[in-house]
Amino acid sequence: MITGEDVDHISWLASIKVSEEEKAAFVASFNSVLDYFHQLDELATDDVEPTYRVVDLTNVFREDVAKESLSQEESLRNASRTENGYFKSPRIV
Amino acid sequence: MAGGDVIIGLEVHVQLNRLHSKLFCGCSTDYHASDPNTHTCPVCLGLPGTLPVVNRRAVEYAIRVALALNCQIQGETLFYRKNYYYPDLPKAFQITQYDFPLGLGGSILIKGEDGEEKKIRITRVHMEEDPGRLVHAGTIDRAKYSMVDYNRCGMSLLEVVTEPDLRSPKEARSFLDKLRNILEYLDVFDGGLEGAMRIDSNISLVGGERAEVKNISSHKGVEKALAYEITRQRSARRRGVAQVQETRHYDELRAITVSIRTKEEAHDYRYFPEPDLVPMRIADWVPKVEAELPELPDAKRERFVAEYGIADDHARSLTSEIRVANFYEVVAKRAPPRLAAAWIADVLKGELNYRDITIDKFSPDHMVEILSMLEGGKITEKGAVEVIRTILDHSGDPSEVTPARVVEAKGLVRAGDDAVKAAVRAAVEESAQAVADYRAGNEKAINFIVGVVMKKTRGRADPGEANRLVKETLDEI
Repeated sequence: MITGEDVDHISWLASIKVSEEEKAAFVASFNSVLDYFHQLDELATDDVEPTYRVVDLTNVFREDVAKESLSQEESLRNASRTENGYFKSPRIV
Repeated sequence: MAGGDVIIGLEVHVQLNRLHSKLFCGCSTDYHASDPNTHTCPVCLGLPGTLPVVNRRAVEYAIRVALALNCQIQGETLFYRKNYYYPDLPKAFQITQYDFPLGLGGSILIKGEDGEEKKIRITRVHMEEDPGRLVHAGTIDRAKYSMVDYNRCGMSLLEVVTEPDLRSPKEARSFLDKLRNILEYLDVFDGGLEGAMRIDSNISLVGGERAEVKNISSHKGVEKALAYEITRQRSARRRGVAQVQETRHYDELRAITVSIRTKEEAHDYRYFPEPDLVPMRIADWVPKVEAELPELPDAKRERFVAEYGIADDHARSLTSEIRVANFYEVVAKRAPPRLAAAWIADVLKGELNYRDITIDKFSPDHMVEILSMLEGGKITEKGAVEVIRTILDHSGDPSEVTPARVVEAKGLVRAGDDAVKAAVRAAVEESAQAVADYRAGNEKAINFIVGVVMKKTRGRADPGEANRLVKETLDEI
């Protein structure tokens, strides 16, 4: 069961503020999603290998060749705050 | 600082900086002298809709390292997402490994506190992408804001994790020196580049909780940071303050560690397999990489002892850096190997360290020439040291400052036998008091007379030879 505390924790991890009304809505929808997955618990999976992926592909690589990068101007174009060619961010410790 | 009550484990992040491009995108790794945010692209900036593609050679280098560290290579290995919210990660997750890391259960041999060979166990070796670099305005605990440079973001990193087998800061340093040496032998790593090796360390006193010290940014800084932390934990214990498990940040400028109050929930990384990357099945690849592994430091050291008949200490010193080992082999093919070993390990390396320069600033041809003059009696040992110093202090064109020219310009040609004998006779005549002391049984008085001989020949006599001649003369009279 997901509680309001879990939602607080998740919103802290994601750094997204959630209002009291939203919190109640998230508790309800998280629980509904989890209930849906709990249906799988009814299956006997003792002999089933865990699935890490749904496509049976392996070893997709590129060669070690350097390509041109974006210019500094292009890199910073979407940033709301910059300073001397850097992205500027709040202090987080 | 030994004491036996210290327990240290290391997490070392090494950049595979000999690669040309980053781990998941084609941005160049050659950013060290560049302006911030000039080596980035939509992939390493984490822009929406982009997908990572693994650099094949990065995997090959990782296998090379894991094999050289005696790890078991996993047949199939996976990337995971490690989720955390911090400005150095534009995606808000780091692509790293978790379950199924590339290498498990290795070891490295180091010279331990007691001088004996000691095995340090390696828990795991895994691949991950480097985060960006944060520049704090001021110190970390006082900065108002951070500035972010993503040039480093997405560089290929290997994390090498040790078991808590290290017992002192000095052993930690030995471990890192050996690791760096192995990585340079493998040609995957240039330790001279800024940020090439970064270290987190777990450190505790027996019976106490451990502190994790982060942000040690060089193999040289590690001894200082750990020594500080041990002293801090010891004095806290003396005052009756119990060490709690905590994360501390090493402040290199102030050379102290500072507690970072992280909420416990910050360690909730919610790892899950990276859905944008497929697994890597590398079992078939390993034998080929293994067959191409170069000779590693321990093997080279044994071969040097066997092939050149040199002392183990010299062999250890010569193989502790690939460039020095290669230099020695070039010289040893053209000069007496034992003489070459002594002069390179005991003299040249010291002079290089003193000047903080690397051996590529000295030509093997010059070393051969110096050893040949020394062997032929043209210069004394003292003269040879003088030639080496002079050449190192003239960093210009090596063809201009040759050993022969230095010997000539500085008048270092060894004094001829007649000249030395004449100087000995004169010195004995002038040093009546010392001669009397010697006759009275004071053997040390002879040193005074030898000193006079050296002065008379302006240092161009061989001190051993002068000593022998003075003794002969005194015993004759």
